[in-house]
Amino acid sequence: MSIAVSRLSKRFGSFQALDDVSLSIEDGALTALLGPSGSGKSTLLRIVAGLETPDTGSVVIDGEDVTARPPQERGIGFVFQHYAAFKHMTVRDNVAFGLKIRRRPKAEIRARVDELLDLVQLQGLAGRYPSQLSGGQRQRMCLARALAVSPKVLLLDEPFGALDARVRAELRLWLRRLHGETHTTTVIVTHDQEEAMEVADEIVVMNRGRIEQVAEPRELYDRPANEFVMSFVGSAHVVAGGWVRPHDLRILLDAEEDALEAQVARIVYLGPSVRCELEGADGARFAVELTRDEEARLELEEGCIVWVRPTRETVFARADG
Amino acid sequence: MRRRALRAVALFYLAAVLLGPLSLVFWRVYAEGVHKAWVALADPNTIHAFRLTLEVTAIAVPLNTVFGVVCALAIVRRRFPGKGLVNAFVDLPLALSPVVVGLCCFLLYGRTGWFGPWLQRHGIQVLFAAPSIVLVTVFVSVPFVVREVVPTLRELGDTEEQAARTLGASGLQTFFRVTLPSIRWAVVYGVVLTTARCLGEYGAVAVVSGSIQGRTETATLRVQEEYENLNMAGAYGIALVLAAIGLVVLAVMLRVRPRAGSVA
Repeated sequence: MSIAVSRLSKRFGSFQALDDVSLSIEDGALTALLGPSGSGKSTLLRIVAGLETPDTGSVVIDGEDVTARPPQERGIGFVFQHYAAFKHMTVRDNVAFGLKIRRRPKAEIRARVDELLDLVQLQGLAGRYPSQLSGGQRQRMCLARALAVSPKVLLLDEPFGALDARVRAELRLWLRRLHGETHTTTVIVTHDQEEAMEVADEIVVMNRGRIEQVAEPRELYDRPANEFVMSFVGSAHVVAGGWVRPHDLRILLDAEEDALEAQVARIVYLGPSVRCELEGADGARFAVELTRDEEARLELEEGCIVWVRPTRETVFARADG
Repeated sequence: MRRRALRAVALFYLAAVLLGPLSLVFWRVYAEGVHKAWVALADPNTIHAFRLTLEVTAIAVPLNTVFGVVCALAIVRRRFPGKGLVNAFVDLPLALSPVVVGLCCFLLYGRTGWFGPWLQRHGIQVLFAAPSIVLVTVFVSVPFVVREVVPTLRELGDTEEQAARTLGASGLQTFFRVTLPSIRWAVVYGVVLTTARCLGEYGAVAVVSGSIQGRTETATLRVQEEYENLNMAGAYGIALVLAAIGLVVLAVMLRVRPRAGSVA
């Protein structure tokens, strides 16, 4: 179901968490709210869920204005960063919670819970307590719990933030597959741009309580709306007045016209690629990403002098103020 | 070496202050004659005193349990004006001497007190009757459940409650299905402490009850009564039973209290 928020503002004391934010999310989309901490992305999600009340503005889910409704009447599923598993209940009882509240027949609850445990691959662990599960298993249980009541929209607040990198990557893929099966409108909050790019159809970049840009992953990366988005989504440096991404610079061994002189400060081997950190004549530091072959051909060493030329750069009109 | 010395000091202190006097009570009952103690215990006035103590406890404990949990929820989960004041008032009974509490009761319900004349006109007897005993007992045993539950609620945080709300649970459903099961051990512990306090209350009850034998005399007052009548066997016998009830309550607590690190 679609979500539309309009002109939302929220203050916590003197901190402006959201500043006149409007956004609409299509039915069936998987959208990421991406931004640094304090950008308002979690606050926005919690207001959609009804866990936080906005100072001004409205929330519409599936065509209905739910601004004044408590969370239990919004038809949402919510997944928290730190699980919020019911510690005194088994996995089965956790997943069944929403159905029991809705007083569904016992046989139906049993069948639905089994189906969901299959979906999240926790079939054999129904009788365990949350403290007996790993972090990844716990979060999958919480996802099943949220999905059990067939929510109109699924909201995830940094769901993989507390997990280690490998489990996180696994769950991302899994979430993407799950969305492909259920097509539930899903909003995921993350501060990890890679996670947003990998999972979402559309990314909403937030900063200081405002939306900076809404775009598909590729467009966001190739055509960032401003300097904040350019530097927050992927890495970027200012080289000779323009914004350049590390893979859009070429290293030359001889001086050429328009090329910038720089000294190699450090060479970092990242596995598939090599990052060469340079220091320009003006003291500015920036990085160039090379393939391993290129690096081998250039025979770079720390301390040697090279010339660089951007193959692609972005210049933003100066923002006011 | 140092650790052993510390342990010795702690054990010696406990033995001298707690175990010594307690075992002396047991010993005295035996020395004065078990039969005499039994006679004192079988006295209808003693039986009435125990019944009164248990009845007062049976009223005060549920009252303070419900109040304590609600109050703790308000202190931890809500923001309201005067919250600091409520938090401070909860501890008042710990700071005040029970005798002072009894005197306050006098000032409120006595013949010249604030509510005294009104109560008298309507024929309601508070002082020197069960109502005043219940009142002061409830008052002195207020803090225990609150003080046990508040830190547990704080540590628990509210995300589980938020999760329950997003899953469709109302406020009451969230409380009974999620919050209460998570704080149950703190509540049990608080109830045990409250019960012990109610059983053992002496000072405030002594001031307001009038210690009328067979009517307003509680078990602790009965001990004092026997002692003053130089019936040592009786005094020790009743004290022993009171101590035994306390020990049983303590034992129940130790049994139900989950060990640290155990599951749920």
